[in-house]
Amino acid sequence: MRMAETNEAGLIARILGGEKELFHELIRPYERMVYLTVFSILKNEADAEDGAQEAVISAYRHLSSFRGDAKFSTWLTTIAINEGRKRLRKAKSVAEDSIDEEVEGHEGDYSPAPLTDWREVPLEALERKELREALRGAVAELPGIYREIFILRDLEELNVEETAQALGITANVVKVRLHRARILLQKRLVPYLKTTAPARRGFFGRAL
Amino acid sequence: MKLKCKHVWEHISEYIDNSVDAKLREEIERHLEHCEICSAILDSTRNILVLTADERTFELPVGYSKRLHERLTKELEGSEKDSKKE
Repeated sequence: MRMAETNEAGLIARILGGEKELFHELIRPYERMVYLTVFSILKNEADAEDGAQEAVISAYRHLSSFRGDAKFSTWLTTIAINEGRKRLRKAKSVAEDSIDEEVEGHEGDYSPAPLTDWREVPLEALERKELREALRGAVAELPGIYREIFILRDLEELNVEETAQALGITANVVKVRLHRARILLQKRLVPYLKTTAPARRGFFGRAL
Repeated sequence: MKLKCKHVWEHISEYIDNSVDAKLREEIERHLEHCEICSAILDSTRNILVLTADERTFELPVGYSKRLHERLTKELEGSEKDSKKE
């Protein structure tokens, strides 16, 4: 549960006023978010943890520059993205390709995979461990520009505006990339989502 | 006018996010009623999103929070000393 924003503004004021130890409390609701944001860029647990720590320290050091015109969570996400990208650039500095050059092309097939013998996946099937592993793998394999959007929107559950603000892109670009990310994952995961379970309506039936 | 499957696919993400306008939404829903393929695509995509939001899918490293706060404590103590020096 996130703290109410007013409470958060109060906390920030007190931290800047000298009650530094309150920063622990300020950051606690966002620990997972910071980690996942850095992870979305670096794809590696150990690097993501280092980056997340660095991002949190950086947020603390620059707290006085937080103006409150954006949400604290968005501001923090931007710091985490910058930290992740900085590390990625460093890691890639010998490689030729630059993340800045990674833009979506118009070519490429972004049609979902049709399922001809699809039956409703029962709730229990979603509990399978290998399905979660397959999803993690598929997310890791997404092109970076799609992976970061997907993680911010569908994992951290930022809204379109917040995602656009954190990444410095337009809301429309967020929507296009999110669509492609979801379709790429759907295609990739269809074999795992197929089930031989008897057909039934329920959990994710069209009635929802 | 009847929607083609491809047209539904193009809007599937926005449909899930509830950000298509009312008219298009109605057209998509009418299409889904008789199109098993598009229904299956929608269901499978939604399942992926449910699974993504499940905290067990993307777990934090064990001890992450503890290490983060330890590091932060060091930083806070460090900045304390710095400000005392000034």
